[in-house]
Amino acid sequence: MAYKTVVEDNIDVLVVGAGLGGTGAAFEARYWGKDKKIIIAEKANIDRSGAVAQGLYAINCYMGTRFGENNPEDHVRYARNDLMGMVREDLLFDMARHVDSTVHQFEEWGLPLMKDPETGAYLREGKWQIMIHGESYKPIVAEAAKKSADKVYNRVCVTHLLLDESRENRIAGAVGFNVRTGDYHVFKSKTVIVGAGGASNIFKPRSVGEGAGRVWYAPWSSGSAYALLINAGAKMTQMENRIVLARFKDGYGPVGAYFLHLKTYTQNGEGEEYESKWYDHTKAIVGEYIDHHPTPTCLRNHAFIHEVNAGRGPIHMVTMEAFQDPHLEEVGWENFLGMTVGQAVLWAATDVDPKYENPELTTSEPYVMGSHATGCGAWCSGPEDISPPEYFWGYNRMMTIDGLFGAGDAVGGTPHAFSSGSFTEGRLSAKAACKYIDDGKGEGIVISEKQINTLREVVYKPMEHYKTFRNEITAGSVNPNYINPRQGLDRLQKLMDEYGGGVTVSYMTNENLLNIGLKKLKIMEEDLEKVAAEDLHELMRAWELKHRHRTSECVLQHTLFRKETRWPGYYYRGDAMKLDDENWHVLTVSRRDPKTGEYTLEKAPCYHLVSENE
Amino acid sequence: MPTFVYMTRCDGCGMCVDICPSDIMHIDKTTRRAYNIEPNMCWECYSCVKACPHQAIDVRGYADFAPLGHSVRVIREEEKGTIAWRIKFRNGTEKNFLSPITTKPWGRDIPKLADEPEPSQEMRDSQLLFNEPKYIRMDDGDLHTLESNGLKMKEGVYY
Ligand SMILES: Cc1cc2nc3c(=O)[nH]c(=O)nc-3n(C[C@H](O)[C@H](O)[C@H](O)COP(=O)(O)OP(=O)(O)OC[C@H]3O[C@@H](n4cnc5c(N)ncnc54)[C@H](O)[C@@H]3O)c2cc1C
Ligand code: SF4
Ligand code: SF4
Repeated sequence: MAYKTVVEDNIDVLVVGAGLGGTGAAFEARYWGKDKKIIIAEKANIDRSGAVAQGLYAINCYMGTRFGENNPEDHVRYARNDLMGMVREDLLFDMARHVDSTVHQFEEWGLPLMKDPETGAYLREGKWQIMIHGESYKPIVAEAAKKSADKVYNRVCVTHLLLDESRENRIAGAVGFNVRTGDYHVFKSKTVIVGAGGASNIFKPRSVGEGAGRVWYAPWSSGSAYALLINAGAKMTQMENRIVLARFKDGYGPVGAYFLHLKTYTQNGEGEEYESKWYDHTKAIVGEYIDHHPTPTCLRNHAFIHEVNAGRGPIHMVTMEAFQDPHLEEVGWENFLGMTVGQAVLWAATDVDPKYENPELTTSEPYVMGSHATGCGAWCSGPEDISPPEYFWGYNRMMTIDGLFGAGDAVGGTPHAFSSGSFTEGRLSAKAACKYIDDGKGEGIVISEKQINTLREVVYKPMEHYKTFRNEITAGSVNPNYINPRQGLDRLQKLMDEYGGGVTVSYMTNENLLNIGLKKLKIMEEDLEKVAAEDLHELMRAWELKHRHRTSECVLQHTLFRKETRWPGYYYRGDAMKLDDENWHVLTVSRRDPKTGEYTLEKAPCYHLVSENE
Repeated sequence: MPTFVYMTRCDGCGMCVDICPSDIMHIDKTTRRAYNIEPNMCWECYSCVKACPHQAIDVRGYADFAPLGHSVRVIREEEKGTIAWRIKFRNGTEKNFLSPITTKPWGRDIPKLADEPEPSQEMRDSQLLFNEPKYIRMDDGDLHTLESNGLKMKEGVYY
């Protein structure tokens, strides 16, 4: 390949992926590192990249401590309750005590936050959510990041992290390629903050064909935030904790504002309330957790799924009452236009006017991410003034590789951070990364030409492979020596769906199925060495597929390890259908040995700083 | 709802190519106009639709579940700071919405942190971030800690 190698040397802080977490990191890094070299490597265009590309209509994590609304520990209690006890309370408390400063800055920057005309406080959608006109949320935070960074590399898809060769277990930068020019990019850096986002399209989506892009989390969320770390040998936590969302059918439009602000509610196909019917059934699985308030998200899903399987679907959202109020009707529509335009398109196409008809809901395929009602991600150090020894190794949000930090979906055990919390985590990582550098921890890094050149070959291999075997066949996409990225993605999704607990099996799996799934993933890994890319766009798809594959493997390993059904409604271990606090009130931690590909799994203690009840 | 491009409106400027987060708006080599190369990886995020200077891009609901005969059009005006939507149903019903997208002129109110005063050593040693303790407490007092909030980190199942 004739592509150039572009080396960016002497970087202090490299931000990989500039979504909400990455922009927060780049922005804040400049304050603590006035003379530091801050570089962003972003797969798309920072102005409209990541999960917030089309905007948001709500900021889902805001304490309002200033207005006497909530304290950080209240949020910890809420998130811990929603995740059936399994969270990193130190990280959550830390995020929650800073998040308000982030949100107030957004307002100073021009993000339109709605106000309660009576109190002057931000207009609440719910206890934690505030309403915004957030169409330009992403361009606004991008501007903040651009003002701080020395340089932004748009359209650079990062494929691997670089490791230091002078000292074991220390980060040294990253490599990737430019999706437009094809150039090979080498970033040599003392610290790396990964904000590359969660994973959609791992489990087979409900919509196939042309509609396969209609996923809940963005189709470009390729799990890079996980695969980059796993491949480098960082420890991961709670990767079994995938999430299933109850959303408007086919469009996956958000329901938060509908439930909380518009006060709409659900009923079954016969017009009955159904959640309470499943109380005893749920209690038999999870015990007293069903009595917690608010009812954990997974348990509400559980009732939904079982009601539909009992033949009383579809589940409807009752909008016809609320939508008679023109103001509420406007909020309902703008909610979609601000963050899930496709839902508006779908209702226009199918003549669904929620004023005259109650729309259908459905439960989605599972997603792997760490900032919504789920906490997949890396095992990170907490802040020194909060964390117990097991959770603390020197620098806030640093992973188990020195100099490697994370934000947003990349950080494990921190659900309910959402957009504002992810940005805040980026800020916390940036401060810690600068301190790490100032403490001299990033000195004397060695990266050999050999490491750089070996990775270069690996990066372009799918294109080489295509060139070698393409002309063996006349035309078309069927080739005995390769698969293309789409074919690979279809295989991954089918496998994860059927063995890992996707929609077609009603989220059910067990040890036998997981073992078969893992075996098939191993074989698929061999085929991924033969994935073929016709052009640079396909090369990006090839790397997204490889990242999704690695993420999937880690998810199955964790699911196999946790022998209980902790989150019914997210997934079920058919061979261990009960929540088991005696053995599993712990966080799961894994590490994949980069040399052998073997996983080690362990239990880590779950520390609590709040009691369940207020 | 994948995007498509009207032949007579597109001049091949490439704004959509530059912005699409999924990298699926490409310029066709023969017509020199943009098109969606991978509709099943389109999130109908409308980033390209908003960016097109000629309103050449539109969206047609996914063929596998959205019947024909609808449209959702948008005009985003940066200088005015507004976004206007027009939804047309299959049955002809129309709905219009107008929202603000910013409250400040672009590029002015986001601080350039390189120009801010250097943080003191005390600030560096604290848990505070830039601009804090502003906004984190009613009284703009200090950051919440376990001590200040009477909390303890305990290992265990039920607490
Ligand atoms: C439909 C939907 C609705 C939501 N609603 C709300 C809401 O109302 N309120 C709220 O507060 N939050 C909401 N969220 C959650 C919020 O969007 C996420 O919590 C947040 O964006 C996560 O931040 P992140 O930085 O981890 O990931 P992202 O913001 O997704 O950023 C990831 C970035 O990494 C880049 N990237 C990925 N792979 C690579 C690679 N290999 N190389 C280089 N760059 C890469 C991506 O292009 C992207 O820019 C919603 C999310 C979705 C999808
Ligand atoms: S932005 Fe509009 S005019 Fe420019 S290439 Fe794209 S479709 Fe054509
Ligand atoms: S709607 Fe979004 S994903 Fe689809 S082509 Fe346009 S920018 Fe790309």
